[in-house]
Amino acid sequence: MSLINITGLKKQYTSGDDVVEALRGVDISIEDGEFITIMGQSGSGKSTLLSVLGGMNHPTSGEVEMAGVRLYELPGEKLADFRAQHLGFVFQSFHLIPYLTAAENVMLPLAIVAMSTADKKAAARSALERVGLGNKLDRLPNQLSGGEQERVAIARAIVNNPHILLADEPTGNLDSATSDSVMALFRELNDGGQTIVMVTHNPDNGKYADRTIHLKDGMVI
Amino acid sequence: MKLHNISINNLKRRKAKMAFLTIGLMVGIATIVTLITLTRSMSGDIERKMDEFGANILITPRSNGLAMNYGGISLGGVTFDQSEIHEEQLAAIRTIKNKENLSSVAPKVLGGVSINNHDVLLVGVDFENELKMKQWWQIFGAEPKNVNELLVGSEVSKILQVHPGETLTIKGETFTVSGVLDQTGSQDDSLVFASLRKAQKLLGKEGKITLVEVAALCSGCPIADMVTQIAEKLPDAKVTAIQQVVASRLKALDQFKRFSYAMSAVVLFIGSLIVFVTMMGSVNERTVEIGVFRAIGFRKAHIMRIILLEAALVSLLAGLLGFAAGMGSAGLALPYMAENAKALLVWDWRVGVGSVSLALLLGLLASLYPALHASRMDPTEALRAL
Repeated sequence: MSLINITGLKKQYTSGDDVVEALRGVDISIEDGEFITIMGQSGSGKSTLLSVLGGMNHPTSGEVEMAGVRLYELPGEKLADFRAQHLGFVFQSFHLIPYLTAAENVMLPLAIVAMSTADKKAAARSALERVGLGNKLDRLPNQLSGGEQERVAIARAIVNNPHILLADEPTGNLDSATSDSVMALFRELNDGGQTIVMVTHNPDNGKYADRTIHLKDGMVI
Repeated sequence: MKLHNISINNLKRRKAKMAFLTIGLMVGIATIVTLITLTRSMSGDIERKMDEFGANILITPRSNGLAMNYGGISLGGVTFDQSEIHEEQLAAIRTIKNKENLSSVAPKVLGGVSINNHDVLLVGVDFENELKMKQWWQIFGAEPKNVNELLVGSEVSKILQVHPGETLTIKGETFTVSGVLDQTGSQDDSLVFASLRKAQKLLGKEGKITLVEVAALCSGCPIADMVTQIAEKLPDAKVTAIQQVVASRLKALDQFKRFSYAMSAVVLFIGSLIVFVTMMGSVNERTVEIGVFRAIGFRKAHIMRIILLEAALVSLLAGLLGFAAGMGSAGLALPYMAENAKALLVWDWRVGVGSVSLALLLGLLASLYPALHASRMDPTEALRAL
């Protein structure tokens, strides 16, 4: 059974009298441990697809089943709990909290988890060591390079051992050398069994993935 | 890393904004503390000065007559019978329920005497109580120390041509004038004051009292109740309240109190607005941050807790600083506001607890909507890039 099953997914945005169909009946299955890249031009619906997959954007119709759970049938704040337990996010602009150190940023997802502070610190250190930043625990984001900030964002996304790692243009703000090293890191994580769904517009990133899904006008092509 | 770490770190990062927020609320709290403390200190001051205002309860023998005087002009009166107060009855005054509010009890005996061929009204008083009650008296010379010394009014001094240190003879007894009262503009100018015992003896009224003045003025005194209580203890006496003195002072104080509360309400409202606007601005600035929190699984309640904790910490600080600033301001303003330059500043721990609690309440209330707004943010909209 697939880890992620997306069937008949549609998403419409309404702006005044205009209706924009961002997703027009998407069907995708992703296996556990797969590394998927989603590619497409701007406006193809790839970011919308990722936000729907992340449980943050209710689809107009269709179903998203993840780890056996129908995501949008979860009541109330259970969807937030699902995100906390099963998903990790890496954002294009890193979105690190500027007033927290690298270690504290990584510990953020654990702030709402019942764990001792020592265990949280150990988990953050371990995650930062996995991304090669074990020596920069106490640096603030503005004391880190773009590549290092991206690595902190990845460490934050994996600190709670999520089932699925969702990444939105993680190399969009990086130079090609840094971009390659970040993609190698994603590959390494995937080799360790991490399921990854990554939105990217860079065709070179596709070579790191197991499979690439192309979107055009809200449909898989 | 816990939720409170996020709140505390954010406060540390946004020092200028948080200082503005703290000052906004602090000014409101300080204003309230200043006004409340000033009002209470001034009340205390007035209470202490009540003795200076004179008596406000008058006890006279009950009679069925009607006084016929107006503005100091007396046309006599029609009295059918006149009972008198016996001195031993006075002790009962100190046994009333509100005895704690009694400041001084000044018994007097009155009677006409002839001095140097002039008819003069002699008043026997207990000098200790009388001088305590009439602190506005200015005496040229000295206060009477023994039963053979007199105090005379300014008119008496002029008419009888008598000065401090000179003697007067009343009913064959020689007295030394220890002091002369400065002009008061009242009936006191035309009186001769002797000790109560000596006057009773001279007037043949041993053990009898003509009238008693009672000073029981204070802002919280139930004067009407006290009048009733004294009347119950002295059924043969007529007990009346001199309402004007109390009423005018208390009315002025009450007006100041109401003005203070209105001022406080306005300043607090402005302070709350500052908190609201600043917190709302802070939430809007942190849209992306809140989007990240929601994306990584924070519940709405977690977001609210972060925002409200920040508000609570700032409010707590504002409450403490506001209390300190308010007390400081009250201390500086009191000498200029109170009638007495030596008025005491009232320190009350309840004002401290109240100001901190009020700051917390207002801070949290004013931050409630921004916190709700933050918790309801759509994480996708907040992050946009996702």
